Amino acid sequence: MGGTASTHKLIRDDGKRYDGRAPDELRPITIQAGVLKRADGSAFVKWGDNQVLAAVYGPREVHPRHLQNPARAIVQARYNMASFSVSERKRPGPDRRSQEISKIISEAFEAVVFVEQYPRTTVDVFIEVLQADAGTRCAGLTAASVALADAGVPMRDLIPACASGKVENTVVCDLNKEEDNCGEADLPMAIIPRTGEFLLLQMDGHFTYDELMQAMEYNFKALNYIYQLQKEALRKKYATVQLEEPFVLPKREEPPAVESGADVARESPAMPPDAPQPGEAPPEMDRESQGGA
Amino acid sequence: MEQDAIGDLKRDYINRLLAEKKRMDGRGPDDVREISVETNVVTSAAGSARVRWGETDVLVGVMVEQGTPFPDTPDRGVLVTNAELIPMASPFFESGPPRPESIELARVVDRGIREAKTIDLASLCVTPKEKVYICYVDMHVLDFGGNLFDPCSLGAMMALNTAHVPASKFGLGEDFKLKIDHYPISCTTVKVRDGLLVDPGLDEERVAEARLTVTTDENGDVRAMQKGLSGKLTFDEVKTIIQSSQRVGRELRAKLGLGA
Repeated sequence: MGGTASTHKLIRDDGKRYDGRAPDELRPITIQAGVLKRADGSAFVKWGDNQVLAAVYGPREVHPRHLQNPARAIVQARYNMASFSVSERKRPGPDRRSQEISKIISEAFEAVVFVEQYPRTTVDVFIEVLQADAGTRCAGLTAASVALADAGVPMRDLIPACASGKVENTVVCDLNKEEDNCGEADLPMAIIPRTGEFLLLQMDGHFTYDELMQAMEYNFKALNYIYQLQKEALRKKYATVQLEEPFVLPKREEPPAVESGADVARESPAMPPDAPQPGEAPPEMDRESQGGA
Repeated sequence: MEQDAIGDLKRDYINRLLAEKKRMDGRGPDDVREISVETNVVTSAAGSARVRWGETDVLVGVMVEQGTPFPDTPDRGVLVTNAELIPMASPFFESGPPRPESIELARVVDRGIREAKTIDLASLCVTPKEKVYICYVDMHVLDFGGNLFDPCSLGAMMALNTAHVPASKFGLGEDFKLKIDHYPISCTTVKVRDGLLVDPGLDEERVAEARLTVTTDENGDVRAMQKGLSGKLTFDEVKTIIQSSQRVGRELRAKLGLGA
């Protein structure tokens, strides 16, 4: 944690955070699937003041060839921050931080992509942070997961990610920049929602065991909600495609009825078989303004 | 994860042993290997430590130089951590620019040292905004016998623990000993097919599915964590790993006489 002193109180007297959120409240999140034309799959995530774009290419040929794995596909994620994404210009290109993040994101995706179905190939995942306000690796992973599904890459599940932490001795969900810089702990986490298993787990700062468990609980709750947003974003994209180009049957005496919307769920790739149907309410995450829907 | 036949045989062997709560080198699943620490082994460095941790051998050197502080922390010294996976340490290491593995290693060690407030960076400030001491922690892996995170973290902490700031060299008064406030201990556990293994050896690490490093302080509080590899961990496994890391930290601190 930065450990720098904040200019304002991070926890107000009424127990709310300085941006008005309750301790267990997320920032507003919107997810859009399929925002780029060239990429095989893409997604854009706005998460508070974060803006993150993700694109997927592949499975495709691996270059250089020595990286090929004859038994399975490799997932190569590249997390990159735009030089203008932070208030002090960031030197372009990979630094140690971004290389570490790229590594752990690649590892997380290798656990869910059916890599054994695509030997000798690579699935390239590009994450560009356009505007950063803390939690960019989580926003990036969340976006990339939707982009992978948008690309039709077979996966065991979508991966949501979120970071909770601690500010002024209070455990809080989804740190923003000020809280991240001046807070006492940060816990980025990504799971497989269907099983609750951890795919990404990092922590820095200072947590007692009980605080850590509380932060994990906040994360679990948030991840479940973000998961619904991810699915919603995918459904929305495919629903839009249908609206723009309605399928009109040639005129016959008895045209069979086509239920629009029936195909939507089927066409969403990587959807778990027991996924809730469209329209099912996301779990309570006390905030109405949050987008996606 | 190793894909070849030998890897498969070893994986089966390691899991078969684990069913009987045994390991290839005779340890139990929760046991840490034999550890020895030697300090001040390199006189040219401001501080140094050689850690032999099972078959892994690591040399950490601390160098202190003067420089300018970061603009956002004008009254604090700078801590820079770097890991060198030199080719002599393993047939798997190659020379060249740092790979993601060594970057991750250095950053995880750095996080543990930094977040536990091991050294008071304010004590490394000479003139705010202008001049501070920069503390370089360079970790040289000499022999890679599995689990680099924990030996490197211990080596970094012990090297800092012996370091002197060469103030006179820069005409800034008398040399002084670097003050150590906390003693974080990192503990790494891997998940293999049938269970968890604390402090993995080389073969265990090569068949591991997931890895979790947890750094705890004297109070058992958690200061840093890092999951690695593309396997999954359940919530219960995470809790078990955190608790065994707290235990290993306690035992190791007692053994080395740190933080009383």
